[in-house]
Amino acid sequence: MTSLFTPYFRKVPVAFILTFFFFSMMSITLKAQNKPKDETIKINEDCLKCHGQSKYKYNNPESGTEVTKRMYLETIINRTEFYESNHKTFKCTDCHSADYDTFPHPGRLRMESKYACIDCHGGDEAYAKFKFEDIETEFQSSVHSTKHSDDFNCWMCHNPHTYKINARSDEKIRDIVAYDNAICLNCHADITKYQMLTDKVNPNILQKHDWLPNQALHFKNVRCIECHARTNDSILVAHNIQPKAKAVRRCVECHSTNSILMASLYKYKVQEERSKAGFYNGVIMNEGYVIGANRNYYLGLISLIMFGCVAFGIAIHATLRIIKRKK
Amino acid sequence: MSQKIYLYPMWIRLWHALNAILIILLIISGVSMQYTNPANPFIRFDIAVTMHNISGMILTANYMIFLIGTFITPNGKYYKLSFKGLFARLIKQFTYYTFGIFKHERPPFPVTKESKFNPLQQFTYVIAMFVLVPIVIITGWALLYPEVVLTKFFSGSGIKVNDFIHVIIGFFVSFFMFVHIYFCTIGATFVSNFKSMINGFHESH
Repeated sequence: MTSLFTPYFRKVPVAFILTFFFFSMMSITLKAQNKPKDETIKINEDCLKCHGQSKYKYNNPESGTEVTKRMYLETIINRTEFYESNHKTFKCTDCHSADYDTFPHPGRLRMESKYACIDCHGGDEAYAKFKFEDIETEFQSSVHSTKHSDDFNCWMCHNPHTYKINARSDEKIRDIVAYDNAICLNCHADITKYQMLTDKVNPNILQKHDWLPNQALHFKNVRCIECHARTNDSILVAHNIQPKAKAVRRCVECHSTNSILMASLYKYKVQEERSKAGFYNGVIMNEGYVIGANRNYYLGLISLIMFGCVAFGIAIHATLRIIKRKK
Repeated sequence: MSQKIYLYPMWIRLWHALNAILIILLIISGVSMQYTNPANPFIRFDIAVTMHNISGMILTANYMIFLIGTFITPNGKYYKLSFKGLFARLIKQFTYYTFGIFKHERPPFPVTKESKFNPLQQFTYVIAMFVLVPIVIITGWALLYPEVVLTKFFSGSGIKVNDFIHVIIGFFVSFFMFVHIYFCTIGATFVSNFKSMINGFHESH
């Protein structure tokens, strides 16, 4: 049995094999580009042999003994998380001074200024679609920037050693929500970290949100930034965190056909105003249901027609009763 | 001259009055939530949610009273559907409402102490009270505690399926209410059935 394409492939089997080989290689090459090189992993191991776990060992030349010390929590880098992060192809010394290769590390390195996101990502065509400049402007207007000193920088939320870009269309919304909310809760649910930047007492998040119906369901299905950040059409994720008083409190901001969720959490997935099944904001419905935002166009139309028919029937019946009543 | 029969005892009148108020509140708040419009809300969303939740809870308690009352008092007999010849009786009553009533014919199934409802009433009341209302109550409570609803129902969201059933059945209850209120005007006089809801006496034609 032969197919429509069989004669073609018989004539040019070499072309077919080469095409297949070419695309296979392209796919392998693209995958390889996203993986750290063996050489990078080997070089990084010079740092991670100490910074990759909770303790490190060194020989004390004075006493001639091997000393075991605890590594400070902040300076431990988890290998698995790092090699899954956005910066996985980097060598440690791409961002940190090459002078760290000596031990003990020179004391002046403590004063080394660290890179901010914009230092590498700003003005680079390769990253233009992420609009880092706009994100920077948004961040400068946010309470995280205006209420705190320069100590509050990108790294407070986006750990350069573990951060991976989120909210992609192939990921589950609930996973995105959990990942992104963990970034906020990292400080807002941890008094020690919170008080690194302020003397204020960290408000209890559960108590502060006790007005929210089905609180647990909201926390699992929407991110903190949905209500606490001003949406911006030009960037993918809103970074302008608003003061408490400006947070969204009106239910209808989400629970309506022009739900703000379409401009925030579901921005990546928005492809059409109404899905094929006739649902407003149908994209939300793949993983959730938002009363008021997910009403069905056809259901609304049918109910309206039915109400019209009932009202018309009653009006006719009532009119006839009045006309035909006993004199 | 019209004849008066005591058909509606005090507990039924109180249950019916409360049921009517709650269903109206539920329809108004439900429609307001379903068609939320931030610029011009019919009822503010959070108020509508609270109104709907509280009314739904009271309606459940009231429905339990109805169920218990129906089982332990003679009121239950009025809801016993006899399927034999049901279709013919329904057609007969329907024909009366659509034609006979305008010719001032006598009702085919006059109200008696033994038979409070005509076949069409009995059929729709059984469907409303033993099918529609239980479904809206169960799906309503499931929406109140969504974590107990299956997160995934086949390929979609359990909450989504649950909500659709709630909304669609809610619409049918609304249609029932419209027709029910209109048919109340078909009595010995325009207001006689409304008077019955207060004094318990049914006034025959």
